Amino acid sequence: MSPRHLDDPIREDAPLEDTGLENTSRPDLVPGAAQAEAAVREACELDQPEIPHGHMSGHSREEEVLERIERARKRRARVREDRITLAHGAGGKAARALIEAVFLEAFGNPLLEPLGDGAVTGPVAGGLAFTTDSFVVRPLFFPGGDIGDLAVNGTINDLAMCGAAPRYLSAGFILEEGFPVEDLRSVVASMAEAARAAGVWIVTGDTKVVENGKADGCYITTAGIGVIERPVRLSAAAVVPGDSVVVSGPIGEHGMTVMLARGGLDIETDLTSDTAPLHTLADRLLAACPGQVRCLRDATRGGVATVVNEIAAAAQVAIVLDESAVPVRPNVRGACELLGIDPLYVACEGRMVAVVAGDHADAALDALRSHPLGTDAAVIGRAGDDPAGLVLMRTHSGGTRVVDLLVGDPLPRIC
Amino acid sequence: MRFVDEYRDADQAHALADRMAALCRPGRRYQFMEVCGGHTHAIYKHGLEDYLPDAVEMIHGPGCPVCVIPMGRLDDAFHIAEQPGVIMTTFGDMMRVPGGRGTFLDAKARGADIRMVYSPLDALKIAHANPGRHVVFMAVGFETTAPSTALTILRAEAEGIGNFSVFCNHVTIIPSIKAILDSPDQRADGFVGPGHVSAVIGCRPYEFVPRVYGKPLVVTGFEPLDVLRAVHQLLTQLAEGRCEVENQYARVVPWDGNARALSVIGRVMELRGYFEWRGLGWIPHSALKISERYAAYDAERIFQIPGVRVADPKACQCGEVLKGVLKPWECKVFGTACTPETPIGTCMVSSEGACAAYYNFGRFSRKRVREATRR
Repeated sequence: MSPRHLDDPIREDAPLEDTGLENTSRPDLVPGAAQAEAAVREACELDQPEIPHGHMSGHSREEEVLERIERARKRRARVREDRITLAHGAGGKAARALIEAVFLEAFGNPLLEPLGDGAVTGPVAGGLAFTTDSFVVRPLFFPGGDIGDLAVNGTINDLAMCGAAPRYLSAGFILEEGFPVEDLRSVVASMAEAARAAGVWIVTGDTKVVENGKADGCYITTAGIGVIERPVRLSAAAVVPGDSVVVSGPIGEHGMTVMLARGGLDIETDLTSDTAPLHTLADRLLAACPGQVRCLRDATRGGVATVVNEIAAAAQVAIVLDESAVPVRPNVRGACELLGIDPLYVACEGRMVAVVAGDHADAALDALRSHPLGTDAAVIGRAGDDPAGLVLMRTHSGGTRVVDLLVGDPLPRIC
Repeated sequence: MRFVDEYRDADQAHALADRMAALCRPGRRYQFMEVCGGHTHAIYKHGLEDYLPDAVEMIHGPGCPVCVIPMGRLDDAFHIAEQPGVIMTTFGDMMRVPGGRGTFLDAKARGADIRMVYSPLDALKIAHANPGRHVVFMAVGFETTAPSTALTILRAEAEGIGNFSVFCNHVTIIPSIKAILDSPDQRADGFVGPGHVSAVIGCRPYEFVPRVYGKPLVVTGFEPLDVLRAVHQLLTQLAEGRCEVENQYARVVPWDGNARALSVIGRVMELRGYFEWRGLGWIPHSALKISERYAAYDAERIFQIPGVRVADPKACQCGEVLKGVLKPWECKVFGTACTPETPIGTCMVSSEGACAAYYNFGRFSRKRVREATRR
């Protein structure tokens, strides 16, 4: 008999052998048996304090049972299953248990706790920024982060790039039947931690479960609301010739980390994802260069090259990058060289591109470098007038070339 | 980064540019073909044309193994991939190459299990992990990648892995160079020889190029200074009236090649009588197949592929581009019907294809780009 049975006051005089549950402490137990045992033990705990029969309490046996049921209904929900089942998405008790025991437990805040159809806030001063993003990363867990902090930071960053202070997030989960509940707890814990670190609340959400094989474990969609607290007008179209292009730190770490974490390439590195919330960094830049920041963009899918192309096209300016000024950590550069991938196109999850008025580039750099996420910020290029809409680059070796949009994903080359 | 930065030094590149300019005879134009797609990619990626004298023009040759796979072979590969229980594996840059029935990405979207690998050994690992499935590796590449395919077959046999086979599309470099030299409209003054292929076959097989055809050839690597030095050596040979094979890439390429790699190829593969090259047509003895001894690992024999020949689209002038007769932008459909988004010919697909490289990196007037970046 295992020690946990001894903790149970009711079971002391009732040998487990008699319950038919004696095999539940064995390593080879069937999951159903473990659950049954847990249920019996809990029911017994509920019976405390045991009311002796014949006592003039005014309670009939039926009332006692009903009371017991009532107490059970009031107890905190628990998820007993090891894996997500279709029932967790069916809106019944299992779904309720999942919401209360996993999501509410981790995210708990006054706006979420009523568990209404939506979250209701008080009046908000300032303009609002509103954004949404979906996350489908594989693997779900990678060095430096997981899909959870990615989902929170990604939406925070989209708000930050609008010049907004992120306030409230929603979280929608599509879970695959069979997804381990422990993994879900880890993801949710990362989300809670990322939200806490960034000072935002996850105030509403939704969960759906799809059949095994119809999804890749766990997909998350977050939406966010942020408040525009300082007067900013950020727009890629506002970029003019003479402006400087700044990047907040070394590029390509997230994308290469995930590519290598997929395991197919058999390359060992010490790479970790750069996932981070950028709102305080953006705020510091906007405060240091009031009215001089033309636009902010986080360099996610498609990397810095894609962002800069979009800016050049929107503003109809030429942007000339200087390859040797682009910060790339040696491990990222090495992995990119091996795979024939250009780090300029590799996704970042905690880096932004800022375009600032040319004469404020130094002030912008000082502001960024004073923040822990911006210590390696650098001016990587400049806007010009010809050829409009195009990104050019002065290469390491002193040549020049066009930096165009990629057609699809960057794929490793064969030779 | 070691082995990279020392070959990208801008000062040395400038010095080479000056020396190359001094070697050009006034009024003469020089056309050099870089045979290898890796060189094409390097020229555009690093903007090396900026360093070349105006009199020097690079012709982008047929050396992108992805680009030369004919459409019919891709359709054969899709046929294999669509067989029940098959997992098809191939290199990343094959994924977007169009056959007669779309691309691997399209076949994947239709439900075929197609996976990208970085090495044939990864495909073997997948076979080991999925004993109930049959894993096919679509092998492409010159002698550069053929040894690793051959080694994988040897390992599959040694480990007794029976659910693995290779759809062999390996091609050989020398017959394709010969085909270009024999082409009546061929106009190159010299050749920049491939680097990685030569690491396997060595420099000796190129000796017929100066001896029979009277053209110098310099084998070189893929960093900016490698390419510039090779062009410099070609100009030097022409200026000095020499015509020979030179090895600028001795840090990787032994003159006699890699005997072990060659012997592995010889053990597992044999020459095909003919093989179709996209844009160039049928070239004798220009490809490898799995030998009889290893027939059990030959997807062509296991699956009885349809072997249908799909004619290249009429409008496509990939052949002329590959031979250097046309510049990419001189092709009728370049940049209109044929773009990297909707490639018609394979030159537009792989980032090493002459047209894709030109489209992505080089399609703007050099002068305009230079002026923009100098300001």
